[in-house]
Amino acid sequence: MQRVGVFVCWCGSNIAGTVDVEAVSEALKSEPGVVFSTNYQYMCSQAGQDMIKQAVKEHNLTGIVVCSCSPRMHEATFRKTAAAAGLNPYMVEIANIREQCSWVHKDMLTGTEKAIILGKAAIAKVNLNAPLIPGESPVTKRALVIGGGIAGIQTALDIADAGFPVDIVEKKPTIGGKMAQLDKTFPTLDCAACILTPKMVDVAQNEKIRIFSYSEVTEVSGFVGNFEVTIKKNARYVKEDICTGCGACVEKCPMKRIPNEFNLGMDNRPAIYIPFAQAVPKVATIDPNACNMLKNGKCGVCSKVCAAGAIDYTQKDEYINEKYGAIVVATGFNPISMDKFDEFAYNQSKDVITSLEFERLTNAAGPSAGKLLRPSDGKHPHTIVFVQCVGSRCESCAEKGKEYCSKICCMYTAKHAMLTRDKYPDTEVYVFYIDVRTPGKNFDEFYRRAVEEYGVKYIKGMVGKVVPEGDKLKVQASDLIANKQLHIDADLVVLAAAIEPDKSARPLATMLTASMDTNDFFTEAHPKLRPVESPTAGVFLSGACQGPKDIPETVSQAGAAASKVIGLLAKDKLTGNPCVANSNELMCNGCSSCANVCPYGAITYEDKEFRMPDRTTKIRRVASVNPAVCQGCGACTVACPSGAMDLKGFANLQIMAEVDAICK
Amino acid sequence: MKVSYFPGCTLKNKAKDLDMYAYKSAEALGVTLEEIENWQCCGGVFTTANDEVATKLSSVRALKYAGEKEQPLVTVCSACHNVIKQTNYAMQTNSQFADKVNRYMAADGTYNGETQVYHYLEMLRDLVGFDTLKEKVVNTLKGKKIAAYYGCLLLRPNSVMRMDDPENPTIMEDFIRALGADAVVYAKRNECCGGYISVESPESAKRNSNAIIENAKAAGAEMIITACPLCKYNLVKNGADIPVVYFTELLAEALGVKEDTNA
Amino acid sequence: MHNNKYLQEEIIRISGVNPSKCMRCGKCSATCPAYDEMEYHPHQFVNMVECGDIEPLLNSKSLYKCLSCFACIDRCPRGVEPAKVVEAVRLTAIRKQGANHMTADDIPAIIEEDTPQQLLVSAFRKYTK
Repeated sequence: MQRVGVFVCWCGSNIAGTVDVEAVSEALKSEPGVVFSTNYQYMCSQAGQDMIKQAVKEHNLTGIVVCSCSPRMHEATFRKTAAAAGLNPYMVEIANIREQCSWVHKDMLTGTEKAIILGKAAIAKVNLNAPLIPGESPVTKRALVIGGGIAGIQTALDIADAGFPVDIVEKKPTIGGKMAQLDKTFPTLDCAACILTPKMVDVAQNEKIRIFSYSEVTEVSGFVGNFEVTIKKNARYVKEDICTGCGACVEKCPMKRIPNEFNLGMDNRPAIYIPFAQAVPKVATIDPNACNMLKNGKCGVCSKVCAAGAIDYTQKDEYINEKYGAIVVATGFNPISMDKFDEFAYNQSKDVITSLEFERLTNAAGPSAGKLLRPSDGKHPHTIVFVQCVGSRCESCAEKGKEYCSKICCMYTAKHAMLTRDKYPDTEVYVFYIDVRTPGKNFDEFYRRAVEEYGVKYIKGMVGKVVPEGDKLKVQASDLIANKQLHIDADLVVLAAAIEPDKSARPLATMLTASMDTNDFFTEAHPKLRPVESPTAGVFLSGACQGPKDIPETVSQAGAAASKVIGLLAKDKLTGNPCVANSNELMCNGCSSCANVCPYGAITYEDKEFRMPDRTTKIRRVASVNPAVCQGCGACTVACPSGAMDLKGFANLQIMAEVDAICK
Repeated sequence: MKVSYFPGCTLKNKAKDLDMYAYKSAEALGVTLEEIENWQCCGGVFTTANDEVATKLSSVRALKYAGEKEQPLVTVCSACHNVIKQTNYAMQTNSQFADKVNRYMAADGTYNGETQVYHYLEMLRDLVGFDTLKEKVVNTLKGKKIAAYYGCLLLRPNSVMRMDDPENPTIMEDFIRALGADAVVYAKRNECCGGYISVESPESAKRNSNAIIENAKAAGAEMIITACPLCKYNLVKNGADIPVVYFTELLAEALGVKEDTNA
Repeated sequence: MHNNKYLQEEIIRISGVNPSKCMRCGKCSATCPAYDEMEYHPHQFVNMVECGDIEPLLNSKSLYKCLSCFACIDRCPRGVEPAKVVEAVRLTAIRKQGANHMTADDIPAIIEEDTPQQLLVSAFRKYTK
C-alpha cells in the first residue's frame, strides 16, 4: 500500500471560487492509502512546493496527488518537487480540478462534488503507480532542413553558425524560394534580391551546409536524435560539380518556348535552363519533358557547346541515405489557383494577374525588364484595380477559397499600389478592400503613406465582376462607404490571391508523422508556448508551412527553429518519456493490430524462442516496442485484442481503477 | 436510350422551336424523349423560402413520374431545369420539407429525390457524349462565330445545379465546337438578362440585355444561342442586332434534321 | 431604427439565412445586376435583417427589383445567400391580404404577341400570392 499525500490548490479564486477546497481535502482524507491531506492558496508557488517536500519527509509519503490545474500546466513542476523530495517523479498524479471542474461549473455544490470525485480517481491511480525510469538515446549531430526558401536558408545558416552540419533539400533547381521572385519588400522597400542573394551565397560557401537542389525527401524513419532519411536527387542531366554556370548551353538550346516557371509562365525559357542569374547552385538543369535529346535522341547541342563537358544525358536519379538528429520543415507556400474565381476573369484575360505575377512584371529581371506593361499588348496601363482577399476569409460552404486570412496581402498590395504611383504618377490606382490589416512594425504607417502621400484610392468594398471588353477590363464593384456600385474601366486587374501550403507538405507530414490542420498547415506543439516545434519530437517548423507569414516573421521563426535544433544537437544523449507502451510477450499473438495503428512506427516484430510447458521450445512472432520512438499515445493498447499491450504509467489496471473510483 | 422529358409551358406555345428541335435532334442521336403525362407548369422560378411547399409540387410530380419509369428526367428550358433541379435538391437534403411534400402527395407514395435530372445540354455531354455528337454532324457549321449565352438559371446556384464552372463555363462552348463552329467566349455570358423584371422595370432588362449583347459582339460573335425562352425574348426585344436562336435549332441544323421539321 | 424581433426571426426562419455570417465585403452588391434599381441593396438587406430593421425593407420597391439571378449567392465568400433574404422579405410583404404586387388585371397591359408564358408565370410567382 502506498502512503499518499493529497494537496488541494485554491489557485487563488480560480478553483476556490467554485470549489470548496476545505471540503475536498477533508473528504479525500479517508480514501485508501491517504495519510495526509491539505489545501493551500498556490500549490505551484515556492511555499506550496516546500509544503509538499515537508509532508513527504514528515509522513514518509510514497505517492502524491495534487488537485490543481491541468497537468499540461504544472505536472512537470510537481514532478520536479517530488524528485527533490527523493520520490520517483512518476509517483505524482494530478487531478485537474480547474479547467475540467471549477472553470466549467457555476455553483459550489456541483463543483465541489466533482472535485472530490476527480481526487478519488487520482488517488486510486497513484495507489497502483510504480516508479518509472526514462531511457536514453544518442543524438546524431546533423540537421536536415526541407525547403530552401528564406525560412530554410535562415534556419540552416543559424544551425551551421553554431557548428553543426546541415543539409538543405530543395525540390527546385535553385534555393531562394518565393522571396527570390519578389521585387521589393515592405515596409522598407529594400530590394528582395539585394538582401536575399547574399544569404544564398553564404549558404553555398558555408562548409557546414550541403545543398541538395532539385531533390526531395522520399523516406523518413527513426526518431528524435536518430532519423534516417532517404533523399532523391533528381537527374538534372548536368554534372553539378563540373558545370560552371556559364550559360552557353542555355543560349544555344533550340527548344526556346517552354513556359518559364520563375516568371510564372509570363515568358519562355529553353529546355536547358538556369532559373535566374543569382541561382544557387548556379548550374544548368535539363527539363526532361522539353528536351529533344532526352525525348527522341535528336539534338545534343548543349553537350557540343559545353566547354566543361558537364552535360550527361544518361544521368539517373540518385538516392542518398543520411542520418539526422533533427528535421526542420520549411516547405513554404503558394498562391492558390484562381480557376474557381473566374468572376474576376483570370482565365479569360491576360491582363488579370495575381500579385505574384505583378511582382515579376515590376522586377528588373522579369519578363518586361521591370517596366510595368500589360501582358496582352505590352502597353502601359493607366488604370489599375487591385482586389484584396481573393480566396481568403471564405466560409467553407462557399466551396472555394480558404477560411483564414492570408495575412501578407494587405501589405504587399499597399506596396504595389505605392510603387506604381511612385514610378508612374499618371496611373490611377484603386485598391478594393474588406479590411486593411496592418499589425506590424511600421506597417500601418506604410499603408497610410500609400493613401496620403501617393494618392492610392482605397475603396471599402469588393469587386463583383470583371468583364474584358475591347482592350478594357470593365470592373463592377461596390463602394460601401458611398453606398454606390462603381464601374471602372481598368487596364490591369491584380488579384491578391490567398496563399496555401505547398502541395509537398501533406505527403511529407505523413512521412514525418507530424500533424497538420485542415488547411494542411503544420501544427505546432503549442500555439503560444511551443510555436516552432511540431508535436512530433525532433521535427521543427520554419516559415509559412506553419501558417501565413511575411518575411520578418519568417526569419524570426527560422531563427527560433534553429535555436531549438541547436539545443537538441548540443545534447549527447536524450532522455525519453518512460510512459511508453510495453508488450507482454507471453500474451502477444503477433497479429499486427498494434503495428497497424501505431502512428510513429514504434512497433516491430521479432521471432522469439519460448519454452513451452512441456519443455519443448517454440518460435513465436511477438511485438516489440522501441521505447525511444514510442510517444505513449496508447493507440496500440486499445487495438490489442489479447490485452498484451499496456502503457507504462497508464496501465489498463490503473485506468480501470480510476473509472471504478469515479463510478463508486 | 429512353428518357423522361419535361417540356414546360413556353415550349408548347411561344418557344415551339426549342421543343420541336429538341425532339428531332434527340431522335437523330438515338435518344427518345418520352414526354411526362399530364405535366404541369414548374412555375418559372424557384421560390427559395423554406416554407413554400405548394409551389414545388408540380416539379415533384414530374420527378416522381420519371423515377417510377426508372428514367432520368431531361429538361430543355433553363427555367424548368432550374426549378426542377432545385426542388429535387431540397427533396434530397431538407427532410422537413420532403416530409411535408410527401404528406401533400400521400396518395401517390413517397419521393426523396432519387431521380437524376439532366439538362438537355448535360444529356448531350454526359449521356450522348460530345465526341459522338461530333460524328453525327452532317452540316458542319465551320467558320460560324457563335456565342453561348448561359444566363443565370443554368448555372446558379452552383451548389445545386452542378452543371459546370459557374464563372467560366464550357459546356455550351464545347457544344458549339462539336457542331464545328467557333465558340466565342465573353465574360457576360453568365450574367442575367433581366428575366421577369421586364414587367416591372423594362429599362432594367434593357440595360442588362444590351450589355450582354455588346460584350458578345465585342468578342466577335455573329450569333447568340440560348436555352431559355425568356433570355431569348429579352435579348431580341432589347435590340439584338445579331441572331439569337435556341441551341436546339442550331443542333437540328447541324444534324440535318431542321428541314425535316419544317416540311 | 426600430428593432422588430418577431419579423427578424420570421425572415431568418423562412430564408434559412444566418445574416451574422456576413463580413461586410459588399461583393453581393458589387455583383448585383439590379443594383441601380434598388433603394436598399443586397448587403443592406442582410445588414438590416441582422439589425432587425425590417419595416423599411417591407415597404421598399427594392423587393420587386431583385432578379433572383443568384449571382450574390454564388459569389458571396461567406455563404450568406443574400437573394434568399430578399425573397423572404418579399414573401412576408405579399403574403399579407391584398398586398399582391401584381394582379391578373395587370396582364392585358403587359402582354404582347411575343410575350413568352414564362415571363408571366415567373412574374406572377414572384409578385403575387
